[in-house]
Amino acid sequence: MKLHPNHPVSPLSPLWISHFTATSAIGRGLAPTLDAMRQRKSGLAPCHFDTVDLATFVGEVPGVDDVRLPEELAEFDCRNNRLAQLGLVQDGFAQAVAAAAEKYGARRVGIFLGTSTSGILQTELAYRRRGPADGSLPADFHSATTHNTFSVADFARRLLGLQGPAVVVSSACSSSAKVFASAQRMIAAGLIDAAVVGGVDSLCLTTLYGFNSLGLMSAQACRPFDAARDGISIGEAAAFALLERVPEQLPGDAVLLLGVGESSDAHHMSSPHPDGLGARMAMEQALAASHLEAGDIDYINLHGTATPSNDVAESKAVAAVFGSGVPCSSTKGATGHTLGAAGALEAVICALALRNGLLPGGLNTQQIDAALPLDYLTDNRELPARRVLSNSFGFGGTNCALVFARAD
Amino acid sequence: MPATITSAPLAAFVEGVGLLGPGLSNWTQGRQCLDGSLRYESARTVLPLPMALPSAERRRAGAVIKVSLAVGREAVDASGLQASELPSVFSSSSGDPLNCHEICSQLASGDRLISPTRFHNSVHNASSGYWSISSSAMASSSVLCARDGGFAAGLLEAMTQCAVAATPVLLVVYDAEYPEPLFRTRPVPDAMGIALVRAPQRSERSVARITLPGDRYLTTNAADTMKDPALESLRQTIPAARGLPLLQAIAKVQARLLSLGYLDDVQLAVEVAPC
Repeated sequence: MKLHPNHPVSPLSPLWISHFTATSAIGRGLAPTLDAMRQRKSGLAPCHFDTVDLATFVGEVPGVDDVRLPEELAEFDCRNNRLAQLGLVQDGFAQAVAAAAEKYGARRVGIFLGTSTSGILQTELAYRRRGPADGSLPADFHSATTHNTFSVADFARRLLGLQGPAVVVSSACSSSAKVFASAQRMIAAGLIDAAVVGGVDSLCLTTLYGFNSLGLMSAQACRPFDAARDGISIGEAAAFALLERVPEQLPGDAVLLLGVGESSDAHHMSSPHPDGLGARMAMEQALAASHLEAGDIDYINLHGTATPSNDVAESKAVAAVFGSGVPCSSTKGATGHTLGAAGALEAVICALALRNGLLPGGLNTQQIDAALPLDYLTDNRELPARRVLSNSFGFGGTNCALVFARAD
Repeated sequence: MPATITSAPLAAFVEGVGLLGPGLSNWTQGRQCLDGSLRYESARTVLPLPMALPSAERRRAGAVIKVSLAVGREAVDASGLQASELPSVFSSSSGDPLNCHEICSQLASGDRLISPTRFHNSVHNASSGYWSISSSAMASSSVLCARDGGFAAGLLEAMTQCAVAATPVLLVVYDAEYPEPLFRTRPVPDAMGIALVRAPQRSERSVARITLPGDRYLTTNAADTMKDPALESLRQTIPAARGLPLLQAIAKVQARLLSLGYLDDVQLAVEVAPC
């Protein structure tokens, strides 16, 4: 049972992304998101979140705290679940899921959501209100339905009326890319017929002060691939996709998930492998799983966090697989790094790029780092892209690459 | 007419088991408690130092890292497979609750400058990361949370990977105790871990075959319980211990159709049979 270290890839059937939606700092739903991409608008602004006293920029979604959860789900009330609900009701996504549950049966639709911090903000706030006598948390703090990492999938499953398998994938910033892999496997195994996949992560003090402690946060809007890049800007987002088997007839601009590659760096908890070895393995596996060669990819949505080390390691990995000729960009200058939601958000951006023939140029980058040998787009490019790849990497050395394609 | 595709049963072979928890020091001793040849007595979980980690990391390793690395290592050693080549599934109900408590306490204090190590250990995939570093495992690792249903969710993911990718997979399910004041909101009393290496083909090391019964893998049958009150208490208070009925069937070399605690409205149906 000896395995090749570069793991065997068993190609799975492509899946149809029958519906998708995204809510981030650049807009609620697909139309404003596409508009922001076309207009090259950034959602990053100086941080005024809660009581945070850090000089940094964030990609905050306006109006999250105006969202009201249904009364019967009141115990789930926290910023992360409000953002989840805000995202799920855009673009008729919740109705599309209801139709899938009707078609296949509610038990045959799974839900796989990525998050890194779930409702931890609720716990942070509760810790400010501990009982003076015994240090206890306030009675209105609900651990299971807000604090717990699973909370967002539990909430979304109930809101959508699903009865199938449910799980949260929480592997830091690869979380909502890896949900595509889990869902694709479970559909291939015949355990479900459709899957809601996505990612939801919301602003909280743990990540803001945490990335600050590591010296990984920029004092200005992040500048991926810039020679003077100096760290990330944290954002928040809720992005979702509905995956189904590919039917016989599809419109030409329908978007497919072709393949996924996953790997681990086995190197360091908070620094990428210096040569991007794990990242390279993930991209190579994603291509193999998609039956594609490197030359078949028309655009790469980079992880592109704008930390010095990520962008170096990622460009080495991309160059090793693709050379320097494939147009690529990071969209984090627009949305911020939405952490556990980044994979799903950038999957939706890729789907919009495929559908509209628009490769989004990266924002904020003044001077591309000459040491990063890629065709990094700083302007939008109109190009009828047919196949694109999206990278997501995270702490713990977790890597995931996704390949999407137009049906035609 | 729903466009449902009938599911074929998914089967996998258990190649190695790891176990650590209150009164359970490893699979060799634990299986005797589960098959009734040794009386089960609850005692605080004894966490070994993760010697596979470099000394700096070892010093900072919390209970979740210690328990998950210990059971992962025991299961992989029993399987005879190479840890460096196994894809893995890590499932935990809560990550590291003590680390979370320390961060939330500091953020609520006047000094919010949390330590970088605390922060990178706060990710839910910290155990998976340390596992891959300490065993040079570059294959994929899926890191899951389904709150109390983490054992069933992890089993489902590992069974699916094993079947679809036709590869052996390491499953590690683990939890650690909650400190106050979080404990009062979620009373998980101690650390516990269960690890299983499963493979798509039978080998001379196979100890059991596990099958998900096709279309009926989600069931409304109540979750199976443990007859021994102390073991049942364990099953109810530590989420990872929801896998104990499966380990007991393996220990007793029994063929059983089990219902394992999963979500509020559905449980996971699993057939287990001796090899």
